[in-house]
Amino acid sequence: MSVVSLQDVALRYGSRTLFEALDLEVADGEFLAVLGPNGAGKTSLIRLLLGLLEPSRGRIAIDGRPPAEQRTSVGYVPQQRAFDRDLPLRGRDLVRFGLDGHRWGAGRLRPDAAARLDAALADVGATAYAETPVGVLSGGEQQRLRIAQALVCDPKLLLVDEPLLSLDLAYQQVVVLLLDRRRRSAGTPVVFVTHDVNPILPVVDRVLYLAGGAWAIGTVDEVMTSETLSRLYGAEIDVLRVRGRVVVVGTPGEEHHDH
Amino acid sequence: MFWQLLQEHFVHSALLAGAVVSIVAGAIGVFVVARGLSFAVHAISELGFTGAAAALVIGLDPVVGMFAGSLLVGSVLGVLSLRGSERDSAIGAVLAFGLGLGVLFLSLYQGYATEATNLLFGSIVGVSDAQLRTLAVVAAVVLACLLAIYRPLLFASVDPEVAEARGLPVRALAVAIFLLLAAAVAEAIQVVGVLLVLTLVITPAAAAQRLTARPGRALLISVAIAFVSTEGGILLSLERSWPTSFFITTISFACYVAARLSTRRRS
Repeated sequence: MSVVSLQDVALRYGSRTLFEALDLEVADGEFLAVLGPNGAGKTSLIRLLLGLLEPSRGRIAIDGRPPAEQRTSVGYVPQQRAFDRDLPLRGRDLVRFGLDGHRWGAGRLRPDAAARLDAALADVGATAYAETPVGVLSGGEQQRLRIAQALVCDPKLLLVDEPLLSLDLAYQQVVVLLLDRRRRSAGTPVVFVTHDVNPILPVVDRVLYLAGGAWAIGTVDEVMTSETLSRLYGAEIDVLRVRGRVVVVGTPGEEHHDH
Repeated sequence: MFWQLLQEHFVHSALLAGAVVSIVAGAIGVFVVARGLSFAVHAISELGFTGAAAALVIGLDPVVGMFAGSLLVGSVLGVLSLRGSERDSAIGAVLAFGLGLGVLFLSLYQGYATEATNLLFGSIVGVSDAQLRTLAVVAAVVLACLLAIYRPLLFASVDPEVAEARGLPVRALAVAIFLLLAAAVAEAIQVVGVLLVLTLVITPAAAAQRLTARPGRALLISVAIAFVSTEGGILLSLERSWPTSFFITTISFACYVAARLSTRRRS
């Protein structure tokens, strides 16, 4: 059964078309990567799925309902950003937002909710720094907390926007592993926005590539080819396989990021 | 002399007004610091001065003008919901123009110059019973609102992207915090004056967040520092007839310095 369903979706800003006639079904447990150059509409697609943006055309459903009605059952991991070192907020507090941050009022967690919070922290291996101010944690530690924050509400869908930026290789693997584990154990599909497919090659099921107002979808082998990318960019693109890595050469306006 | 003064009704009124105002200022301060709104506090406060000066010219209670001026600029800043350097330059432009207007109104005002001095530097010892009631009612409303939106406001203040993704009305919360801030600033002006509002709205919260990493505890510590500074300042000014505002700013600054020097507790 598909959790995410897009039918004939178009997104335009003024006269500029980011994508159109996009049909997409994301099934239970699927790991979908969204790739493309800056400004191609990767983050806009996430905002469509969060119901923060309306499509110019077409229909979007998450578990059969409009995205705006599903926000509290979707886990969202944003791009990493720096917290002020002095910010009075512990790792535990950040994760707790995922549980009750949207509820009015103040007050303590009920015992069962507190237990869920502890379990979510333990699940991502963040118990050791749960009491530490988020501002002094490393980027990798913060991203673990972000994943716990997204998972603590037991989401139907995970939307992840460039979670690996400015992380070193070891932490990139941890983040990918945690997301992969969740979708295997709970069947939660993952929509993973990234500019580099290599860190997720072992886990990714399909790739949605957005570029130049066009799109292509399929497995890595189907999409990450010289032929497909040349068609999307309308330019000569070479896709090489070097020691199991995918290297894209010749994308206009953006150098290739390879780690 | 000190104990005699402590029997006086006007001293009781001052201590009560100080208590009410410091609790509100200390509480709102933690959100102001978390959102980086210190400059906005300054603007709201100076525009409160313009409002008060305008009220004096047309023969109204300056307190009414102060609330009007603060709330007006607070709601404008909230609705615009600017960010970063654009916000700072917009605030700077509005602030300068507002103060210019304030200077004009003061020159048109034919009354006592002390009214202006009181606005700028505070006049806690002159608070009337009616003013005290107003202060208490406004404080109760601000605190009740703050309590009602505490959790979403904290979420939207420190983690806006995810808060928006979870469906929180982040824009409405931004307007709300500016309106509550405007009310709190107008209250604080009456104790420490326009120019020293930051000593109750920023300094205690800035000190508190050096002492704890727990959001709830930071709020309580901020309130405590604002309270001790205000009440301590009023009591010291009974002993020595220097301006109350001087003592308040000194105590709150001492707390800030002490907090910075002490190593931060991790939980």
